[in-house]
Formats: sequence, structure tokens, C-alpha cells
Amino acid sequence: MQGLYAVFKKELCDHFSSYRFVILFALIAMVSFISSYMAGIHMKENLEALASTRFPFLMLFSSTGALFSMVQFVAFFGPLIGLVLAFDSINRERADGTLIKLISQPIYRDAVINGKFLAGVATITIMLIAIVLVISGLGLVIVGIVPGIEEIWRLFVYLIISIFYISFWLAVSILFSISFKSIATSALASIALWIFLSFFVSLGANVVADSIAPVDRQKEPNPEMIIKNIRIREMVSLCSPMVLYSEATQTIIDPMRKTTRSVVLMGPMEELLSSRFQNPLPLGQSILVIFPHMTALVALTLICFAISYVIFMVQEIRT
Amino acid sequence: MEASTIIETVNLTKHYNRQTAVKDLSFKVNEGEVFGFLGPNGAGKTTTLLMLMGLSHPSGGSARVCGLDPLRKPIEVKRIAGYLPENVGFYGDLDAVQNLKYVASLNGIQTDKASEKIDELLDLVGLKQDARKKVGAFSRGMKQRLGFAEVLIKDPKLLFLDEPTIGLDPDGALRLMEFIKSLNRDRQITVLLSSHNLYQVQKISHRVGIMIHGEMVAEGTIESLAKEKFGVGQKEYSLEEIYMKYFQEV
Repeated sequence: MQGLYAVFKKELCDHFSSYRFVILFALIAMVSFISSYMAGIHMKENLEALASTRFPFLMLFSSTGALFSMVQFVAFFGPLIGLVLAFDSINRERADGTLIKLISQPIYRDAVINGKFLAGVATITIMLIAIVLVISGLGLVIVGIVPGIEEIWRLFVYLIISIFYISFWLAVSILFSISFKSIATSALASIALWIFLSFFVSLGANVVADSIAPVDRQKEPNPEMIIKNIRIREMVSLCSPMVLYSEATQTIIDPMRKTTRSVVLMGPMEELLSSRFQNPLPLGQSILVIFPHMTALVALTLICFAISYVIFMVQEIRT
Repeated sequence: MEASTIIETVNLTKHYNRQTAVKDLSFKVNEGEVFGFLGPNGAGKTTTLLMLMGLSHPSGGSARVCGLDPLRKPIEVKRIAGYLPENVGFYGDLDAVQNLKYVASLNGIQTDKASEKIDELLDLVGLKQDARKKVGAFSRGMKQRLGFAEVLIKDPKLLFLDEPTIGLDPDGALRLMEFIKSLNRDRQITVLLSSHNLYQVQKISHRVGIMIHGEMVAEGTIESLAKEKFGVGQKEYSLEEIYMKYFQEV
């Protein structure tokens, strides 16, 4: 334990004093600040229209002010924090010759990798909490709205999901820094994976859906085919952690969203019901809706870390 | 005086993929001696040291360090044995004291005790003036001395030194060897020293072992090796001549 704590403390100090962390934090804080500020101003101007809304505070995070909302922004650029924090965590120590020194101290070998991962998670946690608190303060000042207890719980769940999401990317970059000897390669590989999973999977999902369930837009469209097409597209795009994360957080931040699906088959009675009773979901139900997403994200993070752990433990130290 | 055995290996073997790095290595190091570990590059010396430290798993055979099996009890072995690798690495953006403090914390030494110890060790290796300098700006000789401070922080009973004089100027190498000798004499630290600097090794070693192609071809005092090869006393033959003789025979 003492070894784990020593590594953890050192890595945490390194993160907070490194320029790259300061730059990233400044960038992310600035953009989320601006986007929530825009959302806040927008809300203030249309306060009458919003009078009917039940959860105005959460709109600071979810409403798209000028370009994108804070939630969307974290979905896109959150991974970058995870990647940048750890893409050289192991291979730099190996290149500098400090890794062999570390493990010739009386500590268990896994203390090194656990300490590094936990320090990264702690950094991410502190960073996200700070941003959410700053934006909440901004909301209090600009719009003058006070969060209710349910809104605070929803923000809490949002934070937990975000921490796991960014930790997944942290685990990915640790994995690459173990498997690639060169720092440039591991940086490139992690960025390539990020781009692939975040941007290309949705493109690929379209291609897959169109080839399995082609929709002929020239002729009379077949509704069954259209739904099948959309279902396949949604299923394939769930391979991307970004989609998992965005769907989960958008549902948790917006209580009016009752499902993560874009097309829902409804009979006439159900349709009538849903238009008559436009009520928000209780928190428990929202969590239930996104439970599969949350489980998948946590599992992805753990699997990724477990793979790095195993590789690190059996790797010859001198190669 | 009967010296007790501190390191003992029996048929220690290590394969890397299909290559054999160390083959059926059996040797002994007695407590309190300086053991010169000689051999050409790639003979398997570093691999042997790593296995003795429990950093690399042997493919076969066994080792005992202070009666402990480094494979089963690596933590205990690392607590009593210090390892100084060939290219000792430091965190370049931290200063000497910060580097040492990190190692001290990894060894579970309390902060207040560690500071005291670090001062004493920096004084011992002659880096007192550079204590607050970033290690990235250190010369090779300074790094090597800082490396010694680092392995001494845990008060080891045993030191594994892998080519400590490589890349040092002749004067620096000489002083380092004398430093090693003083560690052995004043602190009763057993030293397993791998080096190519045969002249220096001859001066400070009690016994030597010559390793070629993963096998120990000779082990004993320099005198006995000379006798075995040339049939005369050590006085007339240097370690270098003995070493070359062994090397040509293999």
C-alpha cells in the first residue's frame, strides 16, 4: 500500500504541475464556461418561455447556446484529457530508465500501474468537479436560479458517468504506453483510436445500416425498412464510447427525454397518452433508461485497464 | 573466519524467446566480499543480476539471496538489496533531493527521517552543492553518484552494481571504485560488481567470476584463477591476462 500511495502522490503532483495539464484544463474550462454563459444569457432573455420548464438549472449544461452545449463539448473533447494525461506514462519511464529503478524498490509491481491510473482518475475527477461547480456558480449569478435537490442528484450522476468516460480513455492511453515503446507511436495510436471511435463509427454505422436494410428514397419508402435501418444504425454506433456517453448524459441531464432511441414505435393510444402527460421522468427512471449505457462504459474502462495491468505484469522489464 | 554465503544460485537458466541468455549458472558470493562479475557484452551478466533482484523470472534453476528466493519473495529481497542499473535513470525535471525523496517514500521511510538521511548521503557522494539542481542538468559522473545515494537510502546489505564505471573519465572511475571499496569496508555491504574495468576490479575484488555466453567459466580468487591457468602466483599475471586466456579458450 505504501508503494501505491507514494506512486499516486508523485503522479498527482506531476499532473498538476505539468504544462500540458494546465493548457488542457484552461481550454476545456474556457469553452465550457463560454458555452454555459451563452446558454445562460439565452435563458435569461427567454425567461417567460422557460417559466413552464421544470428543471431550468440543468439547461445550463444541456442547452446549445451558440454552437454546442457543455455536455456535447465534454463528449467530444473529454477523451483528449484522458489521452494527454497518460499516453507516455509507462514508455517515458522506460525510455528514461526510471521504470527499472521504480520496480527495484520494495514495492509490488502493480503499485506502479495502479498508482498511475488512480492519479489520472483523481486528476480527472478534480477537474470535472471544478468545471461543474464553476458553471453552477455562473448559473446562480447570471440567471438567478437555484438548483433543486433532484437537479443536484442528476448533476452528480452526470459527473460519475463523465469520470468513467474520461477514465476509459485514460486506460486506453496507458494500454498504448505499455504496448508501444516509442512515445510518438503511442500518442499517435491513441489519437487515431479517438478519431476513429468518435467520428468514423457513426459513418460506418450508416454504411452498415444501408447495406443490410437499404432504404430506397426514390420509391415509396417502406416504413418497416426505415425503422430497421435506423435500428441497425443505432446499434452499430453504440460501439463508440462517445455515443454511449452522449446518450447517457443527455438522458440524465434532460429529464424530459424518456428513451435513448430516436424512433419509437407507438400505437395510437400510447401516442395520445404521451401527448397528454408531458411530465419529466423521475431520476430513478432516467437512470434505469441509461443503465445499459452506464454498465457498458464502466465495463469498457475496467476491461481496458485489466488488459494493461496483465500486459504490464508479465512484460519483461528489459526489452 | 568462515564466511557465510549470501548469494547462491543453482543451475539458474534464462531463455529469451529461443535465445539462451543464462545457462545452468551456479555460483556463490560470500557475505562481506566484493565479487567481480566479469564477462563480455551480452554474456548474461545483467540478466543474472535482474534474476537475483527478482525483476526477471528465471526459466529454470533457483537462486537464494540472503536465504530468500527472489522469485517467491521479491519484496523482501528488494528491501535488503540495492540495484544500480547500467544507465541509471532519474526524473530530469526534479532536483536531486526530490528524486531521493521519492525513492525514500517508495521504501517506506518517514519524511523527517528521509530528509536527514538524504542530507547525509548527498554529503557522502559529494553532491551537497548540487542538491537543489535539476537532475536533467547533471553530468554523467554526478548522475552515477546520485544513483549511489539512491541505492544507499534503504541501508542495503547487498549491492548489485551493473557497470558503474561505464562512460566515466579515468579519474572519476578510479574514485568511484575507491568509494565502492569504502562502502564494503565501512558499511559491511556485500558488493556484486559487474565491470569491464579489469584493472580496477582486480584492485578491489576479493573474488571474481568470469561469465562467457551465459556460463560461468571460472570462479574464485584471482590468485587461484592464475594458478589454474598459468600454474604460478598472481603477482606475475594481471586479471586482464587471465581474462583473455579464458576468453580465447571458449
